[in-house]
Amino acid sequence: MNVKSNLKTPLHAEHLARHARMAPFAGWDMPIQYTSIVTEHQQTRQQATVFDISHMGEFDISGPTAEQDLDRLLTQRIATLANGQCRYGYLLNEAGGVIDDLTCYRRADDRFYLVVNAANRAAAADWIKAHCQSRTIFADVSDQTAKIDIQGPAARALMEEALGCALPDLNYFRATDWTYDGVSSWLSRTGYTGEWGYEWYLPTEAAVTCWQRLLAPGALQPAGLGARDTLRLEMGYPLHGHELQPDRSPVAVAGSAFMHLDKPFIGRDQVQRVLDQGPDQQLLGLRLESRRAARAGDTVWREGTQIGTVTSGSYAPSVGVAIALAYIDTAHAQPNSACTIEVRGQHLPATLTKPPFYKEGTARAT
Amino acid sequence: MNIPDDLQYTQTHEWIRQEDDEIVVGITDFAQAQLSDLTYVELPAIGDQVGVGDEIAVLESVKAASDIYAPVAGTITGVNELLQESPELLNADPYGEGWLFKLRPQNMADLDDLLEAEQYEETLPDS
Repeated sequence: MNVKSNLKTPLHAEHLARHARMAPFAGWDMPIQYTSIVTEHQQTRQQATVFDISHMGEFDISGPTAEQDLDRLLTQRIATLANGQCRYGYLLNEAGGVIDDLTCYRRADDRFYLVVNAANRAAAADWIKAHCQSRTIFADVSDQTAKIDIQGPAARALMEEALGCALPDLNYFRATDWTYDGVSSWLSRTGYTGEWGYEWYLPTEAAVTCWQRLLAPGALQPAGLGARDTLRLEMGYPLHGHELQPDRSPVAVAGSAFMHLDKPFIGRDQVQRVLDQGPDQQLLGLRLESRRAARAGDTVWREGTQIGTVTSGSYAPSVGVAIALAYIDTAHAQPNSACTIEVRGQHLPATLTKPPFYKEGTARAT
Repeated sequence: MNIPDDLQYTQTHEWIRQEDDEIVVGITDFAQAQLSDLTYVELPAIGDQVGVGDEIAVLESVKAASDIYAPVAGTITGVNELLQESPELLNADPYGEGWLFKLRPQNMADLDDLLEAEQYEETLPDS
Protein backbone atom coordinates (compact mmCIF):
# COMPACT_ATOMS: atom_id res chain seq x y z
CA MET A 1 0.00 0.00 0.00
CA ASN A 2 1.25 3.43 -0.87
CA VAL A 3 -0.43 6.02 1.30
CA LYS A 4 0.77 9.53 0.73
CA SER A 5 -0.11 11.64 3.72
CA ASN A 6 -0.47 15.37 3.54
CA LEU A 7 2.14 17.65 5.03
CA LYS A 8 1.38 19.58 8.21
CA THR A 9 2.38 23.14 9.03
CA PRO A 10 3.84 23.92 12.49
CA LEU A 11 0.39 25.30 13.36
CA HIS A 12 -1.56 22.18 12.41
CA ALA A 13 -2.45 21.26 16.00
CA GLU A 14 -3.66 24.84 16.60
CA HIS A 15 -6.11 24.50 13.72
CA LEU A 16 -7.41 21.16 14.98
CA ALA A 17 -7.84 22.61 18.49
CA ARG A 18 -10.04 25.32 16.96
CA HIS A 19 -12.04 22.68 15.04
CA ALA A 20 -11.10 24.22 11.72
CA ARG A 21 -12.41 22.46 8.66
CA MET A 22 -9.28 20.95 7.13
CA ALA A 23 -8.73 19.95 3.51
CA PRO A 24 -5.80 18.97 1.31
CA PHE A 25 -4.23 21.86 -0.59
CA ALA A 26 -1.10 21.45 -2.72
CA GLY A 27 -0.11 18.40 -0.68
CA TRP A 28 -0.74 20.06 2.70
CA ASP A 29 -3.52 19.54 5.22
CA MET A 30 -4.72 23.13 5.53
CA PRO A 31 -7.50 25.00 7.35
CA ILE A 32 -10.22 26.05 4.89
CA GLN A 33 -12.37 27.79 7.50
CA TYR A 34 -12.68 28.15 11.26
CA THR A 35 -16.19 29.65 11.49
CA SER A 36 -17.43 30.51 8.01
CA ILE A 37 -15.76 31.74 4.83
CA VAL A 38 -18.05 34.75 4.56
CA THR A 39 -17.49 35.78 8.19
CA GLU A 40 -13.72 35.43 7.89
CA HIS A 41 -13.76 37.33 4.60
CA GLN A 42 -15.73 40.23 6.12
CA GLN A 43 -13.51 40.33 9.22
CA THR A 44 -10.49 40.70 6.95
CA ARG A 45 -12.03 43.54 4.94
CA GLN A 46 -13.41 45.37 7.98
CA GLN A 47 -10.83 44.72 10.69
CA ALA A 48 -8.07 42.13 10.37
CA THR A 49 -7.49 38.38 10.49
CA VAL A 50 -4.58 35.97 10.79
CA PHE A 51 -3.77 33.27 8.22
CA ASP A 52 -1.41 30.29 8.44
CA ILE A 53 0.39 30.38 5.08
CA SER A 54 3.29 28.17 6.17
CA HIS A 55 2.73 25.83 3.24
CA MET A 56 4.29 28.35 0.86
CA GLY A 57 7.93 27.88 -0.06
CA GLU A 58 10.86 30.17 0.74
CA PHE A 59 14.24 30.10 -0.99
CA ASP A 60 17.35 31.86 0.27
CA ILE A 61 19.62 32.67 -2.66
CA SER A 62 22.98 34.31 -2.06
CA GLY A 63 26.48 34.76 -3.34
CA PRO A 64 28.35 37.09 -5.68
CA THR A 65 26.41 35.90 -8.77
CA ALA A 66 22.95 35.68 -7.14
CA GLU A 67 21.74 39.02 -8.47
CA GLN A 68 22.87 38.25 -12.00
CA ASP A 69 21.29 34.77 -11.94
CA LEU A 70 17.96 35.99 -10.59
CA ASP A 71 17.79 38.82 -13.10
CA ARG A 72 18.09 36.22 -15.85
CA LEU A 73 15.59 33.81 -14.21
CA LEU A 74 12.86 36.24 -13.14
CA THR A 75 10.80 38.68 -15.19
CA GLN A 76 10.96 41.47 -12.61
CA ARG A 77 14.02 43.75 -12.35
CA ILE A 78 16.34 42.49 -9.62
CA ALA A 79 19.43 44.71 -10.12
CA THR A 80 17.58 47.82 -8.95
CA LEU A 81 15.91 46.22 -5.91
CA ALA A 82 16.82 48.12 -2.76
CA ASN A 83 17.58 46.29 0.47
CA GLY A 84 14.24 45.37 2.02
CA GLN A 85 12.32 45.92 -1.20
CA CYS A 86 10.40 43.21 -3.06
CA ARG A 87 8.93 42.85 -6.50
CA TYR A 88 6.36 40.44 -7.86
CA GLY A 89 7.00 38.65 -11.15
CA TYR A 90 7.22 35.32 -12.93
CA LEU A 91 9.58 32.40 -13.32
CA LEU A 92 9.15 31.45 -17.00
CA ASN A 93 10.13 28.35 -18.92
CA GLU A 94 11.85 28.49 -22.34
CA ALA A 95 8.45 28.62 -24.05
CA GLY A 96 7.47 31.69 -22.04
CA GLY A 97 4.96 29.80 -19.86
CA VAL A 98 4.70 30.39 -16.11
CA ILE A 99 6.53 27.86 -13.91
CA ASP A 100 5.55 29.98 -10.89
CA ASP A 101 4.64 33.51 -9.88
CA LEU A 102 6.65 34.79 -6.96
CA THR A 103 7.93 37.71 -4.95
CA CYS A 104 11.65 38.38 -4.69
CA TYR A 105 13.13 40.38 -1.79
CA ARG A 106 16.64 41.73 -1.48
CA ARG A 107 17.86 41.07 2.07
CA ALA A 108 21.47 42.20 1.55
CA ASP A 109 23.69 43.23 -1.36
CA ASP A 110 24.30 39.60 -2.29
CA ARG A 111 21.33 37.87 -0.66
CA PHE A 112 17.76 37.38 -1.90
CA TYR A 113 14.60 35.73 -0.60
CA LEU A 114 12.04 34.14 -2.94
CA VAL A 115 8.52 33.19 -1.91
CA VAL A 116 6.95 30.53 -4.13
CA ASN A 117 3.65 28.66 -4.31
CA ALA A 118 3.50 25.41 -2.31
CA ALA A 119 2.45 23.39 -5.35
CA ASN A 120 5.39 24.69 -7.40
CA ARG A 121 8.10 24.53 -4.78
CA ALA A 122 9.92 21.52 -6.23
CA ALA A 123 9.57 22.61 -9.87
CA ALA A 124 10.75 26.15 -9.08
CA ALA A 125 13.68 24.88 -7.00
CA ASP A 126 14.80 22.48 -9.73
CA TRP A 127 14.55 25.15 -12.42
CA ILE A 128 16.40 27.78 -10.40
CA LYS A 129 19.18 25.41 -9.33
CA ALA A 130 19.64 24.25 -12.92
CA HIS A 131 20.13 27.84 -14.09
CA CYS A 132 22.36 29.26 -11.36
CA GLN A 133 26.10 29.67 -11.64
CA SER A 134 28.34 27.69 -9.32
CA ARG A 135 29.02 30.62 -7.00
CA THR A 136 25.30 31.20 -6.36
CA ILE A 137 24.16 29.44 -3.21
CA PHE A 138 20.62 28.07 -3.30
CA ALA A 139 18.87 27.01 -0.07
CA ASP A 140 15.27 25.86 0.19
CA VAL A 141 14.46 27.12 3.71
CA SER A 142 10.72 26.30 3.54
CA ASP A 143 10.89 23.56 6.17
CA GLN A 144 12.51 25.93 8.69
CA THR A 145 10.12 28.79 7.91
CA ALA A 146 6.60 29.48 9.12
CA LYS A 147 4.54 32.20 7.45
CA ILE A 148 1.75 34.02 9.24
CA ASP A 149 -0.22 36.65 7.32
CA ILE A 150 -1.94 39.41 9.31
CA GLN A 151 -4.29 41.16 6.89
CA GLY A 152 -6.86 43.92 7.25
CA PRO A 153 -7.08 47.67 7.83
CA ALA A 154 -6.55 47.24 11.60
CA ALA A 155 -3.68 44.76 11.20
CA ARG A 156 -0.96 46.98 12.63
CA ALA A 157 -2.89 48.24 15.66
CA LEU A 158 -4.21 44.80 16.59
CA MET A 159 -0.85 43.12 16.03
CA GLU A 160 0.95 45.71 18.18
CA GLU A 161 -1.67 45.31 20.90
CA ALA A 162 -1.48 41.52 20.84
CA LEU A 163 2.33 41.36 20.82
CA GLY A 164 2.76 44.27 23.23
CA CYS A 165 5.33 46.12 21.14
CA ALA A 166 5.61 48.61 18.30
CA LEU A 167 6.10 47.39 14.74
CA PRO A 168 8.61 48.98 12.38
CA ASP A 169 7.21 51.47 9.85
CA LEU A 170 7.03 49.82 6.44
CA ASN A 171 5.80 51.06 3.08
CA TYR A 172 3.93 48.77 0.69
CA PHE A 173 6.21 46.10 -0.83
CA ARG A 174 8.90 46.77 1.77
CA ALA A 175 10.17 44.36 4.40
CA THR A 176 12.71 44.26 7.19
CA ASP A 177 14.54 41.96 9.57
CA TRP A 178 12.67 42.23 12.85
CA THR A 179 13.59 40.70 16.20
CA TYR A 180 10.52 39.97 18.26
CA ASP A 181 11.01 38.58 21.77
CA GLY A 182 14.40 37.20 20.80
CA VAL A 183 13.12 35.65 17.58
CA SER A 184 14.70 36.75 14.29
CA SER A 185 11.97 37.20 11.70
CA TRP A 186 11.29 38.84 8.33
CA LEU A 187 8.32 41.20 8.31
CA SER A 188 6.87 42.28 4.97
CA ARG A 189 4.14 44.81 4.14
CA THR A 190 2.54 42.68 1.45
CA GLY A 191 -0.34 40.26 1.10
CA TYR A 192 -2.87 38.49 -1.10
CA THR A 193 -6.12 39.99 0.17
CA GLY A 194 -6.08 43.58 -1.13
CA GLU A 195 -6.00 44.86 2.45
CA TRP A 196 -3.31 46.57 4.48
CA GLY A 197 -1.20 44.04 6.32
CA TYR A 198 1.84 41.87 6.76
CA GLU A 199 3.35 38.62 5.69
CA TRP A 200 5.44 37.48 8.64
CA TYR A 201 8.20 34.90 8.08
CA LEU A 202 9.54 33.29 11.23
CA PRO A 203 11.38 30.17 12.40
CA THR A 204 9.02 27.16 12.65
CA GLU A 205 9.81 26.69 16.34
CA ALA A 206 8.49 30.19 17.12
CA ALA A 207 5.27 29.79 15.13
CA VAL A 208 2.97 28.38 17.82
CA THR A 209 3.90 31.00 20.43
CA CYS A 210 3.50 33.88 17.99
CA TRP A 211 0.21 32.53 16.62
CA GLN A 212 -1.20 32.09 20.12
CA ARG A 213 -0.11 35.58 21.18
CA LEU A 214 -1.70 37.15 18.11
CA LEU A 215 -5.00 35.43 18.84
CA ALA A 216 -4.98 35.63 22.65
CA PRO A 217 -6.70 39.04 23.06
CA GLY A 218 -9.55 37.89 20.80
CA ALA A 219 -9.64 40.94 18.53
CA LEU A 220 -7.73 39.09 15.81
CA GLN A 221 -9.44 35.91 14.63
CA PRO A 222 -7.96 33.27 12.32
CA ALA A 223 -9.11 33.02 8.70
CA GLY A 224 -8.70 30.01 6.41
CA LEU A 225 -7.78 29.41 2.81
CA GLY A 226 -11.46 29.70 1.81
CA ALA A 227 -11.53 33.39 2.70
CA ARG A 228 -8.05 33.87 1.23
CA ASP A 229 -9.44 32.67 -2.09
CA THR A 230 -12.57 34.89 -2.11
CA LEU A 231 -10.44 37.88 -1.03
CA ARG A 232 -7.89 37.39 -3.82
CA LEU A 233 -10.60 36.74 -6.38
CA GLU A 234 -12.32 40.07 -5.56
CA MET A 235 -8.97 41.77 -6.23
CA GLY A 236 -8.51 39.86 -9.49
CA TYR A 237 -5.21 38.42 -8.29
CA PRO A 238 -4.27 35.36 -10.35
CA LEU A 239 -3.67 31.98 -8.71
CA HIS A 240 -1.14 29.63 -10.26
CA GLY A 241 -2.83 26.45 -11.46
CA HIS A 242 -5.96 28.44 -12.30
CA GLU A 243 -5.11 31.68 -14.10
CA LEU A 244 -1.36 31.12 -14.47
CA GLN A 245 -0.15 27.91 -16.11
CA PRO A 246 3.14 26.51 -17.43
CA ASP A 247 1.57 26.36 -20.92
CA ARG A 248 0.15 29.90 -20.87
CA SER A 249 1.85 33.21 -21.50
CA PRO A 250 1.59 35.72 -18.65
CA VAL A 251 0.85 38.33 -21.35
CA ALA A 252 -2.71 36.96 -21.46
CA VAL A 253 -3.07 37.66 -17.72
CA ALA A 254 -1.58 41.12 -17.30
CA GLY A 255 0.01 42.28 -20.55
CA SER A 256 3.59 43.40 -19.97
CA ALA A 257 3.06 44.10 -16.24
CA PHE A 258 5.53 42.50 -13.80
CA MET A 259 8.05 42.04 -16.60
CA HIS A 260 11.10 44.19 -17.32
CA LEU A 261 11.55 43.70 -21.04
CA ASP A 262 14.70 45.83 -21.22
CA LYS A 263 16.77 42.99 -19.77
CA PRO A 264 17.39 39.45 -20.94
CA PHE A 265 15.45 36.77 -19.03
CA ILE A 266 14.45 33.21 -19.84
CA GLY A 267 11.26 33.33 -21.92
CA ARG A 268 11.69 37.01 -22.82
CA ASP A 269 11.64 36.54 -26.60
CA GLN A 270 8.47 34.45 -26.39
CA VAL A 271 6.87 37.15 -24.22
CA GLN A 272 7.87 39.82 -26.74
CA ARG A 273 6.40 37.79 -29.60
CA VAL A 274 3.04 37.43 -27.81
CA LEU A 275 3.08 41.15 -27.02
CA ASP A 276 3.81 42.01 -30.66
CA GLN A 277 1.17 39.65 -32.10
CA GLY A 278 -1.34 40.13 -29.32
CA PRO A 279 -2.44 37.16 -27.19
CA ASP A 280 -5.20 34.87 -28.53
CA GLN A 281 -7.03 35.20 -25.23
CA GLN A 282 -7.02 37.63 -22.33
CA LEU A 283 -7.87 37.16 -18.71
CA LEU A 284 -10.87 39.26 -17.73
CA GLY A 285 -13.32 39.46 -14.88
CA LEU A 286 -16.96 38.45 -15.13
CA ARG A 287 -19.62 39.95 -12.94
CA LEU A 288 -22.77 37.87 -12.65
CA GLU A 289 -26.18 39.23 -11.78
CA SER A 290 -27.00 36.95 -8.86
CA ARG A 291 -25.15 35.07 -6.17
CA ARG A 292 -25.22 31.96 -8.30
CA ALA A 293 -21.59 31.17 -9.06
CA ALA A 294 -19.74 29.95 -12.12
CA ARG A 295 -16.84 27.59 -11.45
CA ALA A 296 -13.51 26.78 -13.11
CA GLY A 297 -14.15 25.04 -16.44
CA ASP A 298 -17.56 26.63 -17.10
CA THR A 299 -17.78 28.09 -20.61
CA VAL A 300 -18.43 31.72 -21.62
CA TRP A 301 -20.72 32.48 -24.57
CA ARG A 302 -21.85 35.32 -26.82
CA GLU A 303 -24.52 34.95 -29.49
CA GLY A 304 -24.20 31.20 -29.73
CA THR A 305 -20.40 31.15 -29.87
CA GLN A 306 -18.10 30.06 -27.09
CA ILE A 307 -15.76 32.96 -26.37
CA GLY A 308 -13.97 31.79 -23.26
CA THR A 309 -13.51 29.56 -20.21
CA VAL A 310 -13.78 30.34 -16.50
CA THR A 311 -10.63 29.76 -14.44
CA SER A 312 -11.95 30.74 -10.97
CA GLY A 313 -15.39 31.69 -9.72
CA SER A 314 -17.25 32.22 -6.48
CA TYR A 315 -19.81 34.26 -4.66
CA ALA A 316 -18.01 37.48 -3.69
CA PRO A 317 -19.03 38.59 -0.19
CA SER A 318 -17.84 42.21 -0.59
CA VAL A 319 -19.41 42.61 -4.04
CA GLY A 320 -22.74 40.95 -3.21
CA VAL A 321 -22.96 38.87 -6.39
CA ALA A 322 -20.95 36.05 -7.91
CA ILE A 323 -17.79 36.92 -9.84
CA ALA A 324 -15.32 34.97 -11.95
CA LEU A 325 -12.06 35.22 -13.84
CA ALA A 326 -12.00 33.83 -17.37
CA TYR A 327 -9.83 33.56 -20.45
CA ILE A 328 -11.75 35.37 -23.19
CA ASP A 329 -10.94 35.30 -26.92
CA THR A 330 -9.24 38.61 -27.67
CA ALA A 331 -11.80 39.53 -30.36
CA HIS A 332 -14.48 39.47 -27.66
CA ALA A 333 -12.48 40.83 -24.73
CA GLN A 334 -14.10 44.26 -24.34
CA PRO A 335 -14.82 45.30 -20.74
CA ASN A 336 -18.44 46.25 -20.00
CA SER A 337 -19.79 44.01 -22.75
CA ALA A 338 -22.38 41.32 -22.09
CA CYS A 339 -22.02 37.55 -22.29
CA THR A 340 -23.45 34.43 -20.69
CA ILE A 341 -21.81 31.67 -18.68
CA GLU A 342 -23.09 28.13 -19.02
CA VAL A 343 -23.53 26.74 -15.52
CA ARG A 344 -24.99 23.25 -15.28
CA GLY A 345 -26.92 23.63 -18.52
CA GLN A 346 -28.23 27.14 -17.91
CA HIS A 347 -26.88 30.36 -19.39
CA LEU A 348 -26.36 32.99 -16.70
CA PRO A 349 -26.02 36.62 -17.81
CA ALA A 350 -22.70 38.29 -16.97
CA THR A 351 -20.72 41.41 -17.79
CA LEU A 352 -17.05 41.41 -18.75
CA THR A 353 -15.17 43.55 -16.24
CA LYS A 354 -11.64 44.72 -15.72
CA PRO A 355 -10.63 43.66 -12.17
CA PRO A 356 -10.45 44.52 -9.33
CA PHE A 357 -14.07 43.79 -8.52
CA TYR A 358 -13.56 45.28 -5.05
CA LYS A 359 -12.10 48.77 -5.22
CA GLU A 360 -11.99 49.82 -1.56
CA GLY A 361 -8.97 47.65 -0.64
CA THR A 362 -6.60 49.31 1.84
CA ALA A 363 -3.41 47.49 0.83
CA ARG A 364 -1.65 50.58 -0.50
CA ALA A 365 -2.78 53.03 2.19
CA THR A 366 -0.03 54.94 3.94
CA MET B 1 -26.18 17.91 16.18
CA ASN B 2 -29.88 18.78 16.17
CA ILE B 3 -32.05 15.94 14.77
CA PRO B 4 -35.69 16.55 15.78
CA ASP B 5 -37.64 13.39 16.68
CA ASP B 6 -40.83 14.46 14.93
CA LEU B 7 -39.33 14.58 11.42
CA GLN B 8 -38.37 11.91 8.88
CA TYR B 9 -35.10 11.88 6.97
CA THR B 10 -33.25 10.66 3.90
CA GLN B 11 -29.71 9.35 3.64
CA THR B 12 -28.95 12.40 1.52
CA HIS B 13 -29.66 14.72 4.48
CA GLU B 14 -33.12 16.02 3.62
CA TRP B 15 -35.74 16.23 6.37
CA ILE B 16 -39.47 15.71 5.77
CA ARG B 17 -42.39 17.01 7.84
CA GLN B 18 -45.90 15.75 7.09
CA GLU B 19 -48.62 18.41 6.96
CA ASP B 20 -51.99 16.88 6.01
CA ASP B 21 -51.60 15.62 2.41
CA GLU B 22 -48.39 17.57 1.82
CA ILE B 23 -44.82 17.28 3.03
CA VAL B 24 -42.37 20.09 3.80
CA VAL B 25 -38.75 19.36 2.83
CA GLY B 26 -35.53 20.95 4.01
CA ILE B 27 -31.92 20.02 4.77
CA THR B 28 -30.68 18.80 8.13
CA ASP B 29 -28.54 20.66 10.62
CA PHE B 30 -25.72 18.29 9.72
CA ALA B 31 -26.05 19.19 6.04
CA GLN B 32 -26.12 22.94 6.60
CA ALA B 33 -23.03 22.70 8.84
CA GLN B 34 -21.20 20.67 6.20
CA LEU B 35 -22.14 23.05 3.39
CA SER B 36 -21.54 26.20 5.46
CA ASP B 37 -22.27 29.72 4.15
CA LEU B 38 -25.07 29.02 1.68
CA THR B 39 -25.03 31.71 -0.97
CA TYR B 40 -27.57 30.66 -3.59
CA VAL B 41 -30.58 28.37 -3.78
CA GLU B 42 -32.19 27.13 -6.98
CA LEU B 43 -35.68 25.79 -6.27
CA PRO B 44 -38.14 23.77 -8.36
CA ALA B 45 -41.24 25.40 -9.86
CA ILE B 46 -44.68 24.96 -8.33
CA GLY B 47 -46.53 22.31 -10.30
CA ASP B 48 -43.39 20.32 -11.24
CA GLN B 49 -43.98 16.57 -11.27
CA VAL B 50 -41.02 14.86 -9.64
CA GLY B 51 -39.89 11.26 -9.23
CA VAL B 52 -38.21 9.86 -6.15
CA GLY B 53 -34.49 10.68 -6.20
CA ASP B 54 -34.82 13.36 -8.90
CA GLU B 55 -32.42 16.28 -8.58
CA ILE B 56 -34.89 19.10 -8.03
CA ALA B 57 -32.97 21.85 -6.24
CA VAL B 58 -29.39 23.11 -6.01
CA LEU B 59 -27.74 24.65 -2.99
CA GLU B 60 -24.59 26.65 -3.53
CA SER B 61 -22.05 27.47 -0.87
CA VAL B 62 -18.95 29.61 -1.36
CA LYS B 63 -16.98 26.53 -2.37
CA ALA B 64 -19.37 24.17 -4.11
CA ALA B 65 -22.84 23.31 -5.43
CA SER B 66 -24.88 20.42 -4.00
CA ASP B 67 -28.00 18.72 -5.39
CA ILE B 68 -31.18 18.20 -3.42
CA TYR B 69 -33.25 15.11 -4.24
CA ALA B 70 -37.00 14.53 -4.14
CA PRO B 71 -37.59 12.23 -1.14
CA VAL B 72 -40.74 10.74 -2.71
CA ALA B 73 -42.60 11.10 -6.03
CA GLY B 74 -45.25 13.80 -6.28
CA THR B 75 -46.08 17.39 -7.24
CA ILE B 76 -44.36 20.53 -6.00
CA THR B 77 -46.96 22.69 -4.23
CA GLY B 78 -44.82 25.43 -2.69
CA VAL B 79 -41.29 26.84 -2.56
CA ASN B 80 -39.62 29.03 0.06
CA GLU B 81 -39.25 32.32 -1.84
CA LEU B 82 -37.43 33.90 1.12
CA LEU B 83 -34.37 31.82 0.24
CA GLN B 84 -33.83 33.72 -3.03
CA GLU B 85 -32.89 36.83 -1.10
CA SER B 86 -31.72 35.19 2.13
CA PRO B 87 -30.08 31.81 1.52
CA GLU B 88 -28.40 32.22 4.92
CA LEU B 89 -31.73 31.20 6.49
CA LEU B 90 -30.74 27.65 5.59
CA ASN B 91 -27.76 27.93 7.92
CA ALA B 92 -29.52 29.88 10.65
CA ASP B 93 -32.75 27.86 10.88
CA PRO B 94 -32.60 24.68 8.77
CA TYR B 95 -35.73 23.09 10.34
CA GLY B 96 -37.77 26.32 10.38
CA GLU B 97 -37.44 29.38 8.17
CA GLY B 98 -34.91 27.58 6.00
CA TRP B 99 -37.38 25.01 4.59
CA LEU B 100 -36.96 24.41 0.84
CA PHE B 101 -40.19 23.25 -0.80
CA LYS B 102 -43.58 21.58 -0.27
CA LEU B 103 -44.59 18.50 -2.18
CA ARG B 104 -47.85 16.53 -2.48
CA PRO B 105 -46.80 12.85 -2.56
CA GLN B 106 -48.31 10.61 -5.20
CA ASN B 107 -48.64 7.94 -2.59
CA MET B 108 -48.51 8.74 1.13
CA ALA B 109 -47.37 5.18 1.81
CA ASP B 110 -44.01 6.10 0.20
CA LEU B 111 -43.24 8.07 3.37
CA ASP B 112 -42.93 4.76 5.22
CA ASP B 113 -39.63 4.20 3.40
CA LEU B 114 -38.01 7.29 4.94
CA LEU B 115 -35.65 7.17 7.93
CA GLU B 116 -36.70 7.97 11.48
CA ALA B 117 -34.50 10.35 13.51
CA GLU B 118 -32.61 7.55 15.23
CA GLN B 119 -31.93 5.74 11.96
CA TYR B 120 -30.73 8.96 10.34
CA GLU B 121 -28.39 9.69 13.21
CA GLU B 122 -26.79 6.29 12.68
CA THR B 123 -25.90 7.22 9.11
CA LEU B 124 -23.84 10.23 10.24
CA PRO B 125 -20.08 10.01 10.82
CA ASP B 126 -19.05 10.00 14.47
CA SER B 127 -18.08 13.48 15.51
